Amino acid sequence: MEILKIKKDDLSKGLDALKKSYRLFGPAKTESCHEFKRLEQDEQPDFNFSNTRLSPKAIIYPQSETMFTYSLDENDEDAHILKEVNSLDAPQAVIGIRPCDADAFLLVKRNFDAPDYKDPYWLNAYAKTTLVGLACEKPCPTCFCTTAGSGPFSERGVDILLADAGDDYLAKVITDKGSALAKAAGWDAPSDPDSATEEIERLKTAAEEKISSHVETDHLDKIDTTALHQAPFWEDTAFACINCGTCTFLCPTCWCFDIQDETCGAKGERLRNWDSCMFPIFTVHGTGHNPRGTKKQRVRQRFMHKLKYYVDKYEIGIQCVGCGRCIRSCPVNIDIRKICNLMNHYKPDTVEEPAS
Amino acid sequence: MQNPYLPYPVRIDEIITETEDKNLKTFKFVFLNPEDEEKFAYRAGQFAELSIAGKGEIPIGIASSPTEKGFVMFTVNKVGLVSTHLHAMQVGDIMGIRGPLGNSYPWDVVKGKNLVIIGGGFAFTTLRSSIIYLLDPQNRADYGNIDVIYGARTPGMLLYRDELAEWEARDDINMHITVDGTDDPDWKYNTGFVPTIADQKAPPGDDDTYAIICGPPIMIKFTQPVLDRNAYAHDHIIMSLENRMKCGVGMCGRCNIGREFVCKDGPVFTLAELNKTPKEY
Ligand SMILES: Cc1cc2nc3c(=O)[nH]c(=O)nc-3n(C[C@H](O)[C@H](O)[C@H](O)COP(=O)(O)OP(=O)(O)OC[C@H]3O[C@@H](n4cnc5c(N)ncnc54)[C@H](O)[C@@H]3O)c2cc1C
Ligand code: SF4
Ligand code: SF4
Ligand code: FES
Repeated sequence: MEILKIKKDDLSKGLDALKKSYRLFGPAKTESCHEFKRLEQDEQPDFNFSNTRLSPKAIIYPQSETMFTYSLDENDEDAHILKEVNSLDAPQAVIGIRPCDADAFLLVKRNFDAPDYKDPYWLNAYAKTTLVGLACEKPCPTCFCTTAGSGPFSERGVDILLADAGDDYLAKVITDKGSALAKAAGWDAPSDPDSATEEIERLKTAAEEKISSHVETDHLDKIDTTALHQAPFWEDTAFACINCGTCTFLCPTCWCFDIQDETCGAKGERLRNWDSCMFPIFTVHGTGHNPRGTKKQRVRQRFMHKLKYYVDKYEIGIQCVGCGRCIRSCPVNIDIRKICNLMNHYKPDTVEEPAS
Repeated sequence: MQNPYLPYPVRIDEIITETEDKNLKTFKFVFLNPEDEEKFAYRAGQFAELSIAGKGEIPIGIASSPTEKGFVMFTVNKVGLVSTHLHAMQVGDIMGIRGPLGNSYPWDVVKGKNLVIIGGGFAFTTLRSSIIYLLDPQNRADYGNIDVIYGARTPGMLLYRDELAEWEARDDINMHITVDGTDDPDWKYNTGFVPTIADQKAPPGDDDTYAIICGPPIMIKFTQPVLDRNAYAHDHIIMSLENRMKCGVGMCGRCNIGREFVCKDGPVFTLAELNKTPKEY
């Protein structure tokens, strides 16, 4: 694994060079916060941020995307037959993605890249995307990545990891995709491997020490699913929730979607749109029966999916990278850390433990 | 990469109005590209997404049997957006079918066993597929006794009435047809709810007897105690679920019961399996 040294001035030069062959995305300041956006010819990413309000998932998994097109014009030979659309073919790169958000793509990939079915839209966009991570030196108080399987310097899911070392970035090139991007950017100055590794380790330890909040997950896989589902704390947990769906919308590891047809004149598209388990219509049958018709059932589904079903299904940990977005933006302060710990410590036959 | 969301184009070849209220119609489809029929190789108990450009898709159990060639058949209740549009379509119209989806009834497990098939209302579709499959000369010898308990509100609400009459006349299948009530003096079969008739007619449960149940939640709710009383083990009770679906391939996230997706890991589960999952169906 190679560690390059990129002078801060050379970063923008490299990015300008990259724009010839890549569509670039990076953090940009909006009125109230930072969001990932397409970087046009004269734009540079703004690295002066802790993390964006929305996760960057839309770059690979758009909020609304065309799956097929169709014609309803009877004169067309292919009327009523769905046609595949051309998929993204130019490479794209996200510059300055936080390690937790890059890791989130790996979690989500397990859903879209199943042994029996492959989602061509997600997988194609993922394959075309290079993730240039930016290690976190100042995590927020709501970040709990280190106990959620990720970390401020986590290399999981990133192709290159940039660490801010004062006048330079130390760029750890992790994958072939990463090295192709570095080459195209003209970043080729090697660093002294020993001192660079040491410097990154030092920064990493300092950053990890600043993570002040944690979740406990060691018992989640051992608790009986139906007992946990019946636990008394769901009522209280869900009490304040207004089912606004903000949590699932912002979350980098939420992937649920809806499919809808939209017709304009005689032409139309079959679209897929982000959806949310927080909405009653998500599960309501044509008959009106709804297996998750109450707020409690929906809140429970969100946490059980992330912290129990996913854990049992894939045996690689929770479906959460600890980015803290859902905690920061929930209008009624529902806190996944607290619920995770409640679940982890739940003992079906004993009195409920107080939240830690 | 095979796109699991792309339907095969089909033409509506025949439409049969099944019930007196005209709310249930059977649609026979023919594939526009003959090679798609081979790709659509299915087992009884699987379902497909019926896809209408401009309206959307609905998951519907496959009512034809894999032993019937040259067409696929579905029976659809008129409920909402897509099913209502489908009911207004004509023979010759073009639409799509995506599948086959789901796991099917466990034909390898029940091989050589006796089967009690219990159905109610319009949930008889995949049970028809199963019966046609079982009665096929190639397959009949592979299974033991077959009892069928099937009920609807009135005689005119029974599906596939001609076939029911044919099966009644055979001696290799025991039919127990019932209606909730009727004022037809010529009605020669049972009167009573499915669970009651099941209690009277279902053979006692044992290691070699499996029950397959498909019906509205209320029928399932009252049939289960009957099977318990008749000593059916929960891993010998097989059920098919209907959760709201979109993708049908385990990706869109809405149809789960616990970690299982009804669309991909189901729709068929044993009661023993369902006992281990949250009751979100
Ligand atoms: C595995 C399976 C097998 C089924 N087999 C049959 C069958 O053989 N015959 C039959 O008449 N019906 C069957 N259904 C129920 C049928 O899918 C719904 O009645 C149908 O989706 C209603 O769609 P709609 O557009 O008419 O109603 P709307 O209420 O307008 O529904 C809008 C959309 O929601 C979804 N949806 C709504 N209700 C259901 C539901 N109960 N199940 C799944 N998705 C739903 C569909 O995507 C639908 O297009 C089955 C359902 C499942 C899951
Ligand atoms: S953001 Fe908070 S209030 Fe809104 S749906 Fe999520 S948990 Fe409920
Ligand atoms: S559940 Fe909350 S903390 Fe976890 S990844 Fe999603 S938004 Fe971040
Ligand atoms: S229908 Fe999408 S996951 Fe089952």
